[in-house]
Amino acid sequence: MRVLLFGTCLVDTFFPEAGEATVRLLRRFGAEPVFPKGQTCCGQPAFNAGFEAQARAAAEHFLWEFDGDAPIVTPSGSCAAMVKHHYPRLFRDDPKRLAKAVRTGERIYELTQFLVHVAKAHEAGLRGKGTVTYHASCHLTRSLGVREEPLTLLSSLNGATFLPMPDATRCCGFGGTFMAKLPEISCALADEKAASIEATGADTVTGCDSGCLMNIADAMRRRGTKIRVAHIAQLLAEGL
Amino acid sequence: MSPEQTSLAFRENTVRALEDTALRAAMKHATDTFGTKRADAFAPVTDLEALRDRASAIREDVLANLPMYVDRFVASATRAGATVHRAKDASEAREIIAKVLSARGARLIVKGKSMVSEEVDLNSHLEAAGMEVVETDLGEYIIQMEGETPSHIIVPAIHKNRRQVGRLFADRLGVPYSDDPQALTKIARKALREKFLSADAGVSGANFAVADTGSLVLVTNEGNGRMVTTVPPLHVAILSIEKMLPSLTDLPAFLRLLPRSATGQTITSYVSVITGPRKAGDATGAKELHVVLLDNGRTEILAGEARDILKCIRCGACMNVCPVYRTVGGHAYGWTYPGPMGMVLTTLLTGMRKSHPLVDASTLCGACVEVCPVRVPLADLILGLRRRKVDEGFADPRERRGMEAFGKVAASPALFALGQWLAGAFWPVVRALGGKDVAGRMAAPAKTPLRRRLP
Repeated sequence: MRVLLFGTCLVDTFFPEAGEATVRLLRRFGAEPVFPKGQTCCGQPAFNAGFEAQARAAAEHFLWEFDGDAPIVTPSGSCAAMVKHHYPRLFRDDPKRLAKAVRTGERIYELTQFLVHVAKAHEAGLRGKGTVTYHASCHLTRSLGVREEPLTLLSSLNGATFLPMPDATRCCGFGGTFMAKLPEISCALADEKAASIEATGADTVTGCDSGCLMNIADAMRRRGTKIRVAHIAQLLAEGL
Repeated sequence: MSPEQTSLAFRENTVRALEDTALRAAMKHATDTFGTKRADAFAPVTDLEALRDRASAIREDVLANLPMYVDRFVASATRAGATVHRAKDASEAREIIAKVLSARGARLIVKGKSMVSEEVDLNSHLEAAGMEVVETDLGEYIIQMEGETPSHIIVPAIHKNRRQVGRLFADRLGVPYSDDPQALTKIARKALREKFLSADAGVSGANFAVADTGSLVLVTNEGNGRMVTTVPPLHVAILSIEKMLPSLTDLPAFLRLLPRSATGQTITSYVSVITGPRKAGDATGAKELHVVLLDNGRTEILAGEARDILKCIRCGACMNVCPVYRTVGGHAYGWTYPGPMGMVLTTLLTGMRKSHPLVDASTLCGACVEVCPVRVPLADLILGLRRRKVDEGFADPRERRGMEAFGKVAASPALFALGQWLAGAFWPVVRALGGKDVAGRMAAPAKTPLRRRLP
């Protein structure tokens, strides 16, 4: 099955390893990922900050790059939610693009959604190691409604122990431009999240959104905590 | 205390709050407790989603027909013997209330908890007119003594711990220091009892106003609300126009949702339904009842994009779960209403010019949307206000330039790739310029981005 891979601007620029891991996972489960070379960003930074014209420019470009019928897979709950839920708003006054936005939204999968519902990766007996805890990022959980899939995958890993995190669904304080506009609160929230992670005793923390993981890794650095922060794609791909 | 709005200094306010370890500990403890209690209270409610749908639909109907319901309320409350006043803004509301009170020679006023009275800054106005105003809700009593404003819409002194309250009571009331909540409550109760019995008038808010019957509904816990509304000869209630419910049969849905959402109780200790003043044969009740219906910009909100904020029933659940509110408390927001519902309402009621930093006081995590009992789409409302902030020219000029550039880069693969390369090549410079606030907290760009690693 041919799938279009939306790397997301963060993974593309800062965390390409998570993108490569996504490719390995998709190939292992019989999908042929294609990376549209013209892809950029879903437009969320502008959308969330109220710059609708700029968000629309990004969204129009996305719709053009990801045209077609193939499923779109992305290693980010937040960007998937943007396409699925906010693109229709951006094109509410443009019936043609609105229809396309809605169709595109129906084709997009966050990685763990695809791995569980389409690829059945949780039945594949992937290997894992050590102790793992999981941060449930906000848009993934509450906007996209992906709550169980990451847990299903993590608890299926042979050889790894999953340790639940207290208040796993509480925001880490990233919030896109929030981290720049209100950095003091952002850091305080990241510290609180880091403390929850440390309390689990896990040696690795994972999640489905690079922005949050970057923010968490920064808090870990500040606190001198030696807990590995890895995108769920990397963790799963290591067990292939 | 007359509240000067400080919403423009939101960030500075949060920095100060973050340094206040007592406040942070109090906020964390209280909001965690409310979160657990709320979850426990809703656990046995198997029809919760249907209940929320129903309550939401009732509130939507109220907003869709608000002028009709207000007129109906005015007619039925008047029939029941109340005098209803319409106040278009805060100053009108203050004038009306001051006039009613002074015409009857009222000197001592006992007050039940009312955020609308905070919104119009009633107390300082009555005090300026020579009246003694005593807040009788325990939390309000504490903050009035401290010269503060409420930092939560239902738990006004949520930011204080019992040791602070103990010291305050010892200082101001000359009682021996105690930090035992029960002992402190007894002290307040004794002091307040005397006020109730000698008060000339009681001023309260209301949780709901029932259009069909002209009734006011008060959902309270401490009994002070009932004292305020029934012991003094005169009762003045102030409420905003959107608090309407069509009929008493709509009330049960809200009585199931409000206490559970607010304090995690299945029902509050008191639910008062007040229909008109005391009539012949009534055992209790004020002899005279005045109701002040405040607009203060709500009719305008109703006509705009953000009208859904008027569905809010003031349970406070959104703030209890808000990561920002939980961390910095309510005073940082700089006006009457804090947290997610507060940042929306404050921006709408006081205007973008006085409040625009508040629209950024959210990570858009959506926790508020998840708990709102009447399905106010708070995240969407916040996004809408951010668009308005940009449209009305209140965005930071650097942010505007950055976002304009972003729009061009995101629509052009060539510019995007160039930007990616520049960020990587000049990352040390970016980091040095961006300082610890942003760039220092970001990961460094990869040497080879994903697009150049894949075939």
